[in-house]
Amino acid sequence: MNRQADWRRGMRDGMPICLGYIAVSFTFGLAARVSGLAPLQALAMSVTNLTSAGQFAALGIIAAGGPYLELAAAQLIINLRYCLMSCALAQKLPAGTRFAHRFFMAYGVTDEIFGVGVACEGPLSPWYMYGAISVAMPGWALGTLIGVVCGSVLPARMLSALGVALYGMFLAIILPPARKNRVLAGLVALSMLASLAASKAPLLSQLSGGGRIILLTLVLGGLAAWLFPLPDQPGPEQPKEDGHAA
Amino acid sequence: MQLKVYGYILVMAGVTYLIRLLPLTLLQRPIKNRFVRSFLYYVPYVTLAVMTFPAILDATNSPLSAWIGFVTAAALALAGKGLFTVSILACAAVFLAELVLL
Repeated sequence: MNRQADWRRGMRDGMPICLGYIAVSFTFGLAARVSGLAPLQALAMSVTNLTSAGQFAALGIIAAGGPYLELAAAQLIINLRYCLMSCALAQKLPAGTRFAHRFFMAYGVTDEIFGVGVACEGPLSPWYMYGAISVAMPGWALGTLIGVVCGSVLPARMLSALGVALYGMFLAIILPPARKNRVLAGLVALSMLASLAASKAPLLSQLSGGGRIILLTLVLGGLAAWLFPLPDQPGPEQPKEDGHAA
Repeated sequence: MQLKVYGYILVMAGVTYLIRLLPLTLLQRPIKNRFVRSFLYYVPYVTLAVMTFPAILDATNSPLSAWIGFVTAAALALAGKGLFTVSILACAAVFLAELVLL
């Protein structure tokens, strides 16, 4: 096992992730500032969580002073995809990979780092993952800090434009696989329509944003799994193949 | 209030880390249950779609520029562009739209 070479490969593949993270976490920093988080709090959240959608969802719950349980449930549902990713990565590790490696690697399982890790040829080296994490995570932290500290000096037009950055990233995650798979395409369209309807419907609209996400995910995800179960193959399907291995 | 924020951060970090850690340590062979596997497969698509729409329409200074950003991002994503490209160009589209519109 060539640790240094693996680490360097990981760092190289982590570079574009780092840049993307700076842009998106910058908008997270802005949002955190609006929600009343102090710079240190926003930074602590980014460094300990390293997750875009979950952190954005948390801001609303924290600002509303919601119960811990709602926050925990929202994180569980929104970040459940990492569970599948970790399953896939676990299959790719060489047999007998030490427990300590599994503990450290787990910290960096994000959509993008998973994307490069799972795209590696052959068995996955934990050192490759450490390389990617060591480059990508500081980007996420730095962008957050810049956003939360400097947010107010940016012109309003620029803030407005940056507001769509995160959603652009979400669309770039879910749409490419949906183009190749009709069930996914239908599911994505249905989810958006249901979300729109739920935001207007009399009872549902009174739920918090996090509550609506949990409810819709359980119902629509369960429905899709029931009506369109995956083919019975050994090994978990990859949740996506959007090729961030660039 | 300040302490409670760190409580929130601790709770979410703990939940998120456990989600990532448990399969890596406990589950060293593939999930067999077909429904669970399928559900886990579909979850990210539903969650991210629900989070994106209609929230994106309130993310900018005007619904029209938000629609332009949404359509731009969707078109680029469907064309297979990467995360960073889609994100930045959607922002640029909103910026230009608001220069013209507002």
